[in-house]
Amino acid sequence: MSVQPILEVTDLAVDHGSGRRRKRAVDHVSFTIAAGTTLGLVGESGSGKTTTGMAILGMLPIAGGSVLFDGRDITGMRRSERRALGSERQVIFQDPYSSLDPSKTIGYTLAEPCRIVPRERRLSTAEIADRSAMLLRRVGLSDDAARRYPAQFSGGQRQRIAIARALMLSPRLIVCDEPVSALDLSVQAEVLNLLLELQRDLGLSLLFISHDLSVVRHVSHTIAVLQGGQIVEQGPAQQVYEHPQNDYTRTLLAAAPVPDPREQRLRREERQRSRTMERTQ
Amino acid sequence: MRASSASRAMSAGLGRRVLRKPIAVISGFVLIVIVGGSFAAPWIAPYDPLEQNLRIAKEGPSLAHLLGTDSLGRDILSRLMFGGQESLSGVVVAVLSMLILAIPLGIVAGYLGGVFDRVILRVVDVLLSIPGTIITLAVLAIFDNNMVVAMVSVGVLASGAFIRVFRSATLSVRQELYIGAARVSGLSQARIMVDHVLPQIRGVLLVQVTLFAAATLGIQTGLAFLAFGPPPPAPTWGGMVAEAASLIQTDPWMLVPTGGVIALTTLALCLLGDALRDANQERFTLAGLVGEKVVKTTAPPPATPSPRLATAADPDDEAGVPGAPDALLTVRGLSVGFGAAGRETTAIQRVDFDVSPGEIVGLVGESGSGKTVTALAVLGLLGANGRITAGSVRLGSDELVGMSSAKLREVRGARIAMISQEPMGALDPSFRVGSQIVEAIRAHERVGRAEARTRSRHLLEAVRLDPAIASRYPHEISGGMAQRVAIAMALAGRPDLLIADEPTTALDVTVQADILELLRTLQAETGMAVILVSHDWGVVADLCSRAIVMYAGEVVERAAVADVFETARHPYTAALLRSNPHGAEAGTLLPTIGGSVPAPHQWPHGCHFADRCPLVTAECREAPVEMVHLDGDRASRCIHIDELAEAKV
Amino acid sequence: MARLIVTRLLLSIVLIVISSIAIFFLMSLVPGDPARTILGANATPDAVARLQDQLGLNQPLLVQYTTWLGGAVRGDLGESVFSGDPVVTLILARVPVTLSLILLSTIVIAALGTGLGLLSAVRGGPVGTFLDAISLVGLALPSYWVAIVLVALFAVAIRIFPATGYTALTDDPGAWLLSLVLPVAALSLGGVTIVAKQMRDSAMDVLARDYIRVLRSTGVRERTIVLKHVLRNAALPSLTVLGLTVVGALTGAVFVENVFVLPGLGTLVTQATTSHDLPVVLGVGVFFTLFVIIVNLIIDVLYGVLNPKVRVQ
Repeated sequence: MSVQPILEVTDLAVDHGSGRRRKRAVDHVSFTIAAGTTLGLVGESGSGKTTTGMAILGMLPIAGGSVLFDGRDITGMRRSERRALGSERQVIFQDPYSSLDPSKTIGYTLAEPCRIVPRERRLSTAEIADRSAMLLRRVGLSDDAARRYPAQFSGGQRQRIAIARALMLSPRLIVCDEPVSALDLSVQAEVLNLLLELQRDLGLSLLFISHDLSVVRHVSHTIAVLQGGQIVEQGPAQQVYEHPQNDYTRTLLAAAPVPDPREQRLRREERQRSRTMERTQ
Repeated sequence: MRASSASRAMSAGLGRRVLRKPIAVISGFVLIVIVGGSFAAPWIAPYDPLEQNLRIAKEGPSLAHLLGTDSLGRDILSRLMFGGQESLSGVVVAVLSMLILAIPLGIVAGYLGGVFDRVILRVVDVLLSIPGTIITLAVLAIFDNNMVVAMVSVGVLASGAFIRVFRSATLSVRQELYIGAARVSGLSQARIMVDHVLPQIRGVLLVQVTLFAAATLGIQTGLAFLAFGPPPPAPTWGGMVAEAASLIQTDPWMLVPTGGVIALTTLALCLLGDALRDANQERFTLAGLVGEKVVKTTAPPPATPSPRLATAADPDDEAGVPGAPDALLTVRGLSVGFGAAGRETTAIQRVDFDVSPGEIVGLVGESGSGKTVTALAVLGLLGANGRITAGSVRLGSDELVGMSSAKLREVRGARIAMISQEPMGALDPSFRVGSQIVEAIRAHERVGRAEARTRSRHLLEAVRLDPAIASRYPHEISGGMAQRVAIAMALAGRPDLLIADEPTTALDVTVQADILELLRTLQAETGMAVILVSHDWGVVADLCSRAIVMYAGEVVERAAVADVFETARHPYTAALLRSNPHGAEAGTLLPTIGGSVPAPHQWPHGCHFADRCPLVTAECREAPVEMVHLDGDRASRCIHIDELAEAKV
Repeated sequence: MARLIVTRLLLSIVLIVISSIAIFFLMSLVPGDPARTILGANATPDAVARLQDQLGLNQPLLVQYTTWLGGAVRGDLGESVFSGDPVVTLILARVPVTLSLILLSTIVIAALGTGLGLLSAVRGGPVGTFLDAISLVGLALPSYWVAIVLVALFAVAIRIFPATGYTALTDDPGAWLLSLVLPVAALSLGGVTIVAKQMRDSAMDVLARDYIRVLRSTGVRERTIVLKHVLRNAALPSLTVLGLTVVGALTGAVFVENVFVLPGLGTLVTQATTSHDLPVVLGVGVFFTLFVIIVNLIIDVLYGVLNPKVRVQ
């Protein structure tokens, strides 16, 4: 692990809406992602986890705080500089059905990120085609997939394509916004494996946003728990998962049912006890 | 360069689909003939449109004059051909002026939003409240019957409505995640609008263009009918209708070809628009059905499916097994097909299971397994497209398959009730929550409004809600509350069996835990049986006592929940449970199944899981596999149960 | 609700001013001299100068507009260039005709369109096919042509209805209705088919919704589901289309009034256009704008009544 973190977020604040309806969606959010590691961002709907991800990607204006990408502050960056960053950070979204333009071939979609690279460093059409084919094979698809349209692929296959697109410019950080939430259990395992392998082989850093604690624990090195736009707990994945310090983290962990009837009965009883205690207090 | 070749490929896709529709081909042909005939009139028209011959005036159709002659003996066909130039170029002028304004403004308003959107919408409001006809007439008055200027003003004034259409089409495209991905890549806004937004709204655009052209033709010919336009004797379509109107007493025939050509052109434009709209909708959805068997290089070649055999409801050893004498629900050999009768796609086949009074049964499977179809078939709510093709569903002593809809209505709600996945979608947005519960109560009990309201209050208390919520509308409550209301509605008829279709999938985990708790409590209080349809093994482990596992339209395993988690007796169940990250060592690769669930038309003749199974042998593919009954009241659709037990670590 | 109406009314005043400015300035964009155009090429320079003076054409545009607006606020829209009658008098004399035509057509369109659309969504099959066929015919045939054919059939071939002309409601309600049957039929054919099509599409969309399945699963009667839940929810998008159709009926009225020689605003504005009588055209324009705004306001209010989400805001 290098000393310099790939991403350093300090006191991030993001607003939703404008004018009188402006509302702070994320406040005082701070975390760092060391190069080559994964930070899991967990929370329920409305907790601000997606908002945080979008702000880091530059898709939402930042109202306060700083976001250092590889030591450079991206909040005050000019558009041209920020565009250059496009090659270093990429995104994978939740819904594999809407994340690929249905009217474009897979080849076009994969080539698109290459078009923003400055002319002198831009790859030739043939090089782009080679790289697309290589990445398609890497994510487990055949390279003739480049000539097909998204509608011809299943959800899991589309998510693989989205991953290939994210890898086209060899980024250093990928924001994964609920990348497996829309997938079936068996497909989810395949996509998680792919992400783990890619991280191992390419040294990628991941910001992994999810509501599913067991998935987050499986892929993350550190976990940050968001509630109401603020981080209530963060630390090494195992510690947060097994010895949560914060009440909300505990509630969240206790609420998620586990696929083991005996363990689940114990958790349920535990949860009921803590609830009755809450009530009596 | 790449961009243009890719978008060409796609327009060819749209074009091909349109060409596959006979109606579109005929309409296109008619339009080509009319447009071609009009603009080639100087060369191909049989007569001079102005040549008079009073001796043959007001004649009907004949070989010499195919569409007859007018009051001055001029050939109607030739006059229509020449007159078309004026009308059709007027339409083109109006459509072009509309598009020049509406496309950029609509896309900019929808995509950029903010100030742009607000300003453009105000302009649209003004455009929409200006009476177009008057302006057009004023323009005609001022510009001395200049039809071109008039048609430009028709296009400009109509652009308001189309800006709105293109704006809302853009808005829906903007939500798409690939736009977000393109933005993250650093593509400029202008590029995204041209490369991603414009091609997406092209379908809408073409439809609107054809419909607007049809409407404009009506206006253009209408104006000519009112004698605004080229003065006589120049032929115009509208002017010829006016002439026919004046001859209505003596020569009604002339109304037919003159009105006919306008109607025919309009009709062709409308039908072409409809066909374009359908083709545009199909374009991205149908493609998915064609090429499913792609891409995974490692997957073995799919076994040749023999759909006729596979879809027929094979005689099953269990179909004859009577239900347990005390069973509440007995499902035997249930098969469901979707689509036209005789050619339907089978969604589930040979499904057998029992539900005893007061037990909670989990119906588990991944997407495409047929679990929801099974649940809906039990309720007889498959929709217009789906039918039960074989089997029986017995509730107590009543057979539900084939029951009249009036009798089924009495069963629904009172004996079987349902809660569904999307709590928000389950409530009618136009009515207060309370009135919907009251309606559910009064569907089965003849009680007065006041009493129904009291009962509705009790039901709300039963699902742990403040009864004051009754006066709220669905959009004023949260998803968790909405699911409680839906449960209250389901309980209104005091059912013996509740079918819960993924009742917590759309909810946050903490809310999910509360709803599961509520279902458990209500079940204990009322003693009703519950079928819980779910993909989530955690939810099944939490709530159910028995599990029915489905894969590719069939039940593959039935057992007590504790037993399934202890030792799965079907290779699919075993593999699926292993792929769950819970319990796996963090950061390690998870065991996967490989391959994908076959679509119904690809179902193998033998075991549906054969192509993905580690234990597969030639025997598995030979014939449909029957359920094997095991001790401990469990069953598995596998002939290699013993090997599975050995392979298990 | 009251706030909605008040804000919409305030907005409407702004809209009227803006659209009258639009009409006014559009008309000033004319190349050449309107007075010369109106009087024709043979007019004496003297006559042209007099007309210019009368129309206020030799004053700056802004002055022209404020003068006109000042008059308009006091209910004075100027005088007809030809007859010299006040424009307001001309318009008011003809409003009842056009209003009767449009009101009756709206009722026919709303009732028949909703009924047919709902029926074909629920029944499907032959009713749907029939509706498709009818709607194609309704869309394809221009209203003025339908009007002529109606005259040929019901006034010339079998003499049931008067071919042309108008009897005032106050003179003879029966004759009033008879004189409007054919014009209303010609005017509403297109609208009925458009509304029916929209109603069918949105009713089918509602029928596929989850809450309809839930209602069925609780055992609520199919009749109740269709007449209460489907109708109510499908009415919202259809209402928007109805509003557009009523506004569109204004254009249709211009043509239909001419065929049936009804002394309404449509025939007035057609004559004024033919004779280049700009003050009358402008006056009718303002009146039509007012009408469009009122229709939109009514639709907005109805929308608010039907849609609880709007009501709360």
